[in-house]
Amino acid sequence: MGSGGEVLGALTDGPALRICHLYPDLLNLYGDRGNIMVLTQRARWRGLPVAVTSVGLGEPLDPAGADFFFIGGGEDRQQRIAADDLCRRKRGPLQDAVADGAVVLAVCGGYQLVGRYYRPAEGEDLPGVGLLDLWTEHPGPAARRLIGNLVIEVEGMDAPLIGFENHGGRTRLGPGARPLGRVRTGFGNNGEDGWEGATDRRVYGTYLHGPLLPKNPAFADRLIAEAVSRRHPGFTLAPLSDGNAARAREVMLARLGTPAGKSARARVE
Amino acid sequence: MRLSTAIALGKATATLSRRLHRGGGTTMPGRVARAVEPRVLPLLSRRLRYGSVIVAGTNGKTTTARLLAHIMEALGRVPVHNRAGANLAAGIASALVEHADLFGRPSGDVGIFEVDEATVPRVVPHLAPRVMIFTNLFRDQLDRYGEIDHIAGLWRATGEALRPDGVVVANGDDPLVYDAVRGLPGRLVTFGIEDERHALPAIEHTAEARYCYRCGTPYAYAWTYFGHMGRYRCPTCGTGRPPIDLAARDIVLAGADGASFTLAPSGGGQTARITTVLPGLYNVYNVLAASAAALEMGAPIDRVAEALASFAPAFGRAERVVAGGAELRLLLSKNPAGFNEVLRTVLSGGPLPAVLIAINDNIADGRDVSWLWDVEFEMLAGRVAHVVVTGLRAEDMALRLRYAGLAEGAIEVQRDYEPALRAALARAAGRPLFVLPTYTAMLALREVLQRWGAVGRFWEH
Ligand SMILES: [Zn+2]
Repeated sequence: MGSGGEVLGALTDGPALRICHLYPDLLNLYGDRGNIMVLTQRARWRGLPVAVTSVGLGEPLDPAGADFFFIGGGEDRQQRIAADDLCRRKRGPLQDAVADGAVVLAVCGGYQLVGRYYRPAEGEDLPGVGLLDLWTEHPGPAARRLIGNLVIEVEGMDAPLIGFENHGGRTRLGPGARPLGRVRTGFGNNGEDGWEGATDRRVYGTYLHGPLLPKNPAFADRLIAEAVSRRHPGFTLAPLSDGNAARAREVMLARLGTPAGKSARARVE
Repeated sequence: MRLSTAIALGKATATLSRRLHRGGGTTMPGRVARAVEPRVLPLLSRRLRYGSVIVAGTNGKTTTARLLAHIMEALGRVPVHNRAGANLAAGIASALVEHADLFGRPSGDVGIFEVDEATVPRVVPHLAPRVMIFTNLFRDQLDRYGEIDHIAGLWRATGEALRPDGVVVANGDDPLVYDAVRGLPGRLVTFGIEDERHALPAIEHTAEARYCYRCGTPYAYAWTYFGHMGRYRCPTCGTGRPPIDLAARDIVLAGADGASFTLAPSGGGQTARITTVLPGLYNVYNVLAASAAALEMGAPIDRVAEALASFAPAFGRAERVVAGGAELRLLLSKNPAGFNEVLRTVLSGGPLPAVLIAINDNIADGRDVSWLWDVEFEMLAGRVAHVVVTGLRAEDMALRLRYAGLAEGAIEVQRDYEPALRAALARAAGRPLFVLPTYTAMLALREVLQRWGAVGRFWEH
């Protein structure tokens, strides 16, 4: 693992990590900007140059302008405004960026918008941008929302992801997307099949907010490493001390009666 | 007859739960009484000589209701009001039962009830209020209430229950509130701040209403005071801040010690200079809301000013407590916009040696603490030497502070309330200690202070 200094030496042409935050003032429901803070701080703590830009309604998206695209969640009204703009102006550039190895992280409402479509409780379907092979349907205003602490086990990661979920929509995956993880505590995609989130190439969608990245530093670093390695192949990240995050994780896992190790079977199995 | 039985059983429940120290019996008496006589709310409230006022909104309900009750008392009226936080139908019924004799005759003459935002449509038809106050609408506990649009919709739906001669007192600086109440029957009285010197340099991250609720265009804000409160206008459809009927002008903020301003009715009526121990712009809004309602209830403006000057805060809302040889100031901090205002107020007197933050995630606090990432804790970095964190989510709070730029050594996690209070007091170095808790954390901290003999039991308030 390289140290911050070696990393800096290897990366000479401007910011090593370029983050693009989509609709920061429209889709910002559950502390979503915390994810951006974490990406930025963790890069800075390692001496890694980082740049954050934002793209809002009506603004063009440059697929080569960033290596990490983030989309948060919003209420139905905001979702509708965003969905319209995403499909009209950003679908093509986002698909190009993903085809070229960029990372996309989409949380909650953003997760629903990167699928094929979202059918809200009332009103017309919202088209998605199709970065992930999934669709989401809200069973109606009377249906209960899926709310609570959420713990999932992710393939290839030693520790589970921890967060909170709050969504009315039920998401189902098509053959083109893999689930991000297996639900240990909580509901996940639809509260029925035991799966949570979705991934394909370097696109990640999830209902985990809380927000997601602060309490899951290993996952944050995995995404940072993937994003930086798009232009700097072979790049690795120096480790950080994550005592605060570790303690916050332990407390929540203990409260939920979920063992911290990987051996436990998912509760829904 | 059934009403008498309901009242008798409700009162017995109150006595019993008080004897058992079950939280002062703030909701059970009402629940019992309503089970016997479901019409207990309309039957008892309609006997109140001056009618009822309800206070709804995300922030400031308790303070606004207490301010109004205080003004009414100064006028010689006898308010019946529900206790802080007991703001569902059962809590209001409890208050009415407690303040009635067995024949249903009230011991008070004016009802002042704070009502949970989502409960408004369920209680308004029963109370037929004379005045409805809408303080503000922020995202708060989305896991409990659902979407903000949903709440605004519920408020709109209460329209039919309003008396034709009723008055809606609403925050004109809040586009969400104005949009929700503008169509209601009854007369609309708006309040707002007219002092752009106190505007923020930029719109806050926590602002909810950036997009016009009519047409989706981003609002053009001339300025904001905090959150999404301010002077706004939609460039497409023209929806904008309404004319303000009662304004606060020439505001002077005295840090955590209070504020003063000129209370100015539109149309050149008599003005009054208001002085209050309540700190911060958010409390200027609370004072405005209570004053507007008091004026509508027939209070002369100089009597309003006089009463406000002698107001002492509700517990946990800028309350001052002396304990362990030091002064503590409890400032309830339960959502991002409110928390930001509290932080600005706390820091307005310069750097501090210590602050205590207590975060719980019980149902009354909201089980989801993701909102901590919407609060500008970055303000604390370099300005508070030591932050003690406690509560069920102490570790999440500590993590948030790390990313806000505080050094690891400046953050102390104390899982239990009493050691947390002791640790923070030890660091306060003779300065007042600011304590910033969520709702149930405030109750827990107050219990410790009560054991120390610093405060009374909460039902005594
Ligand atoms: Zn408009």
